[in-house]
Amino acid sequence: MTGHLYRIWDSDLCWSFRQSPVAMVSACISIALVLCAILAPLIAPYNPFDPSTLNLMNGFSRPMEPNAFTGETFLLGTDDQGRDMFSTILYGMRISLFVGFMAVIFAMVLGVLLGLVAAYAGGRTDAIIMRIADVQLTFPAILVAILIFGIAKGFTPVHLRDQMAIWVLILSIGLSDWVQFARVARGAALVEIQKEYVEAAILIGRRPEIIIFRHILPNVVSPILVIATISLALAIILEATLSFLGVGAPPTQPSLGTLIRIGQSFFFSGEWWILFFPAVTLLMLALSVNLLGDWLRDALNPKLDD
Amino acid sequence: MKKIFFSTLCAMLALASTSHAETINWARAGDSLTLDPHAQNEGPTHTLAHQIYETLIMRDMTGAQVPNLATDWAPSADNPNVWTFKLREGVTFHDGSEFDSEDVVFSFERAMMPNSDMKELLSSVKEVRANGKYGFEIETNGPNPVLPANLNDIFIMDKGWTEANNTVEVQDFEGGEETHASRNANGTGPYILTERVPDAKTVLEANPNYWGIGTFPLHVTKVNYTPIKNAATRVAALLSGEVDFIQDVPVQDLGRVDGDPNLKVLNAPQNRVIFFGMNVGGDDLVSDNVEGANPLADKRVREAMNIAVNRDAIRQIVMRGQSIPAGVINPPFVNGYTDALDRIPAYDIDKAKSLMAEAGYGDGFTITLNCPNDRYINDEAICQAAVGMFAQIGITVNLDARPKAQHFPLIRNWETDFYLLGWGVPTYDSEYIFNFLVHTKTDQRGSWNGTRYSNSALDAKIVSLGSETNLAARNATIAEIWEEVQDEILYLPIHFQVLNWGMGNRVETLVAPNDRAVFKYMELK
Amino acid sequence: MLSYVLRRASQSVLVLLAVGLVAFSMFRFVGDPVENLLGQERTDADIERLREQLGLDDPFPIQYWEFLSRAAQGDLGISFRQGRLVADIFIERLPATLELAFVSAAFALLFGVLFGIYTSIRRKGILTNVILTGSLIGVSLPTFLIGILLIYIFAVELGWLPSFGRGDVVQVGWWSTGLLTESGLKALILPGLTLGLYQMTLIMRLVRSEMSEVLRQDYIRFARARGLSDRAIYFRHAIKNTLIPVITITGLQLGSIIAFAIITETVFQWPGVGLLFIDSVQFVDIPVMAAYLMMISVMFVVINFIVDMLYLAIDPRLRDGKTSFS
Repeated sequence: MTGHLYRIWDSDLCWSFRQSPVAMVSACISIALVLCAILAPLIAPYNPFDPSTLNLMNGFSRPMEPNAFTGETFLLGTDDQGRDMFSTILYGMRISLFVGFMAVIFAMVLGVLLGLVAAYAGGRTDAIIMRIADVQLTFPAILVAILIFGIAKGFTPVHLRDQMAIWVLILSIGLSDWVQFARVARGAALVEIQKEYVEAAILIGRRPEIIIFRHILPNVVSPILVIATISLALAIILEATLSFLGVGAPPTQPSLGTLIRIGQSFFFSGEWWILFFPAVTLLMLALSVNLLGDWLRDALNPKLDD
Repeated sequence: MKKIFFSTLCAMLALASTSHAETINWARAGDSLTLDPHAQNEGPTHTLAHQIYETLIMRDMTGAQVPNLATDWAPSADNPNVWTFKLREGVTFHDGSEFDSEDVVFSFERAMMPNSDMKELLSSVKEVRANGKYGFEIETNGPNPVLPANLNDIFIMDKGWTEANNTVEVQDFEGGEETHASRNANGTGPYILTERVPDAKTVLEANPNYWGIGTFPLHVTKVNYTPIKNAATRVAALLSGEVDFIQDVPVQDLGRVDGDPNLKVLNAPQNRVIFFGMNVGGDDLVSDNVEGANPLADKRVREAMNIAVNRDAIRQIVMRGQSIPAGVINPPFVNGYTDALDRIPAYDIDKAKSLMAEAGYGDGFTITLNCPNDRYINDEAICQAAVGMFAQIGITVNLDARPKAQHFPLIRNWETDFYLLGWGVPTYDSEYIFNFLVHTKTDQRGSWNGTRYSNSALDAKIVSLGSETNLAARNATIAEIWEEVQDEILYLPIHFQVLNWGMGNRVETLVAPNDRAVFKYMELK
Repeated sequence: MLSYVLRRASQSVLVLLAVGLVAFSMFRFVGDPVENLLGQERTDADIERLREQLGLDDPFPIQYWEFLSRAAQGDLGISFRQGRLVADIFIERLPATLELAFVSAAFALLFGVLFGIYTSIRRKGILTNVILTGSLIGVSLPTFLIGILLIYIFAVELGWLPSFGRGDVVQVGWWSTGLLTESGLKALILPGLTLGLYQMTLIMRLVRSEMSEVLRQDYIRFARARGLSDRAIYFRHAIKNTLIPVITITGLQLGSIIAFAIITETVFQWPGVGLLFIDSVQFVDIPVMAAYLMMISVMFVVINFIVDMLYLAIDPRLRDGKTSFS
């Protein structure tokens, strides 16, 4: 496996990375944001998810200005519940990234698996899997997510609902996203299967799962990686959109999307920081991941290098 | 010829300028559900209906009952079960036909049909009958001293028009029926419906033959009504001048709207109280972490929770000053309200903590709070703030906020231990509150009582209110019931909502406590 | 050949049935419509009566079967919320959504192709970087936020464009159009832009990569070697070969534009089917939700089927039916 990893991260890719300032900057920003999210409990001055530490009277404090009632000062101000924006954004990013990563991993595993099976088995299995993919495509991501969210909320026991919201989000975003992984994996695998080494492996009687995982899978890694990166950005934005429609992370444990939903209702009233800072964070996150994905696509597709 | 032309031109110009100046573009979050005035008992539906149709008695912009199509009403001197009404003469419907007692009898009978959504308000009625062309009588099954309070939304339709258009039956709304009456309207009211696309656009124009010309300002000659669901879009439309009048300005945007030199915000307390309900009668709670016991059954826990709610902070921060902290779940307009009942529990964390310890919950417990997120003003934010306040006394509250369509069944089916609810009192009488929220849950009463509370002595008192004709005795019973409800801490009152109507500077109106705009009262500068 | 067409057609029908099943089963969990239909004064007996009347107590397969058999006859049921035929409501609402979708698709196609061509020709230019970065910023923000920002700038602050609705519409038969009035056209700009931005980026990137690919082909190199002008190469040869996949993708994207209109319509209070759907979700208006999902799937299946058939006409190798489109 190390050999294959090495093949992905071979010198071409590294060289291309060193040549692209955009890639380097966006990689730095992405890594910095991910680190901030992981280390949120260490960096954040407050724990916004612990309601007993909140003082409602701190609500709507302006950035860097002492609150009129309590006299406390917050770097990026506070939201409508008196939560420190800076801490809340860090914790919110944690949730956004967790949902994004988990959803993409879920979609990737499911999609690649189904795509490879479809390509390798062919015939009826292929037809059935790809028809299911069609059904899935019929429902655009946002609809799938709304539906699954609705269904899952119905199944979850009342007292577990607020903890379940995150997993439901992951499931619904993941399920709405697996098709493109399946299609790419299947397409790439179909090309590989016709190559001589795979035919040879089949001839010498290697077991199908070994052929799939040992020989075909490594060859579909690079297109999958590109899709995964772009999907991550999409998943983070989809989560925000679902929150806007009221089916996202709960307000007591807000993601960036939930923060933006909360903030947008204070946009006209002059409390701009409640919307602005989460929105900028989301933009930085999605943009840097998108730029990375772009660069990765160009770098892994040498045809585009003139 | 020249003279005629000139005067016509003048008339046209006058018409053009007045009609331009007197158009109101009105927006609110929701649209009327149907034009059939008996098919749905719902706020926005009735608000629109009140412009087109009229009732015998109505509430004016201050909430006082005033004559409308009835000029006078009184209990009959001969029979305590009968109310008599004197009807207004010289009134015509929009299609020109005359209004008389036949139409009233017909409309009341229609409002009592099985498909009618108004029939519960008339459930005590035995018979309605005409007494001459402009006399009308209602006979109830027993004495009903508060009957007129139930008549403010019983609209009068034209018998002839209804019969001619084959729409005598009330629209079967839930069955999805569409009738002539659900798409067209013919009332006696100040405005005539000229165009309607449900959920998109409704146009009303002044009725030139209205009986109240000269009595009411009637400055508005045309109303364009558009529902705008998204709050930010609604405010943007007001700020950009595309609409003149919105009924639901989000509290956070009041400053922005009021600060605009062309706009103003008027407010008034609403006839609606917001409170928490708790499972006080159950043996054990589903959503808590206490095994085999119900912490909410302990009055000390309820008292601790009651004084842990910082109502003033909710008012200042969550509601931006736009609420009136409440000590009782009875709005101030309602018969039975007293200042003594409405004493706000003093916020006292230390006392709350010691009460919790006394009750054996010094380490607190965990519970789920169910909250609607599309029903009341800032409902979700109120619950969120409460989560923080209860955390101060060791109660870990998991918040489950959902749309009202998912929230209300939890209360109905007793699937929630702790919930937010709001209550409006259209009859302006405490009996209405007791019937729905305090009486033991039975087929007839207590349908919104999610507390599992049951007290047969109290139930008997509540039932007696329906037929007690001695108002002094009746009010004494109401006071006794409130005493008991307050002593039990059956509900945790939070506040009374405040209505905020945003409008252009030229608009002059009062804010009605039932959130009902009535354009015939509106003045334009 | 015929058997392939038939098989594809029957598969499409199966897809529709599956969609219907999924659509229908989830509605049971969205909430209880009865709650919205009855007022504060409802009794438990009212609730029972209404549940029975609406058929909500029937077993789920029976509800689905009834829905399907009625839908097959063009009867989509009756809206719980409006108490009107769902088909009527859709006919009333569909023109708004279709006009918005076509305007944004046209916007996306026009600017997507223009920007795509430009950025593929000038691969390293400053403007190219501006366009690429700008479009990336556009897709890195949620649609609803872009909509709200546009409203704030162009409606509230500048007062140039309306913040909500369709403006004045003209009735042409049953079709209501906003394309014939000034206010109608003005009202289309902001929502069209909001909805089209994402698709524009998609098309731009597609054109850019297709065009780059084509420009590297041998015949273009030959053309260049023959001394043809850049303009002739780009516009006579390269673009022609780029547009076929672009138009295919745009066609396929039309379905998802209509679905994504949900958000745009919510922000701009655009009286189309997307807003109708969101209102229905909140009100648990099951017949409307089911009809909406069926509409989206029929549209998608039909578009897919047409694309398949077009490929079949173009590429005879597909006629053995072995390869599915992708």
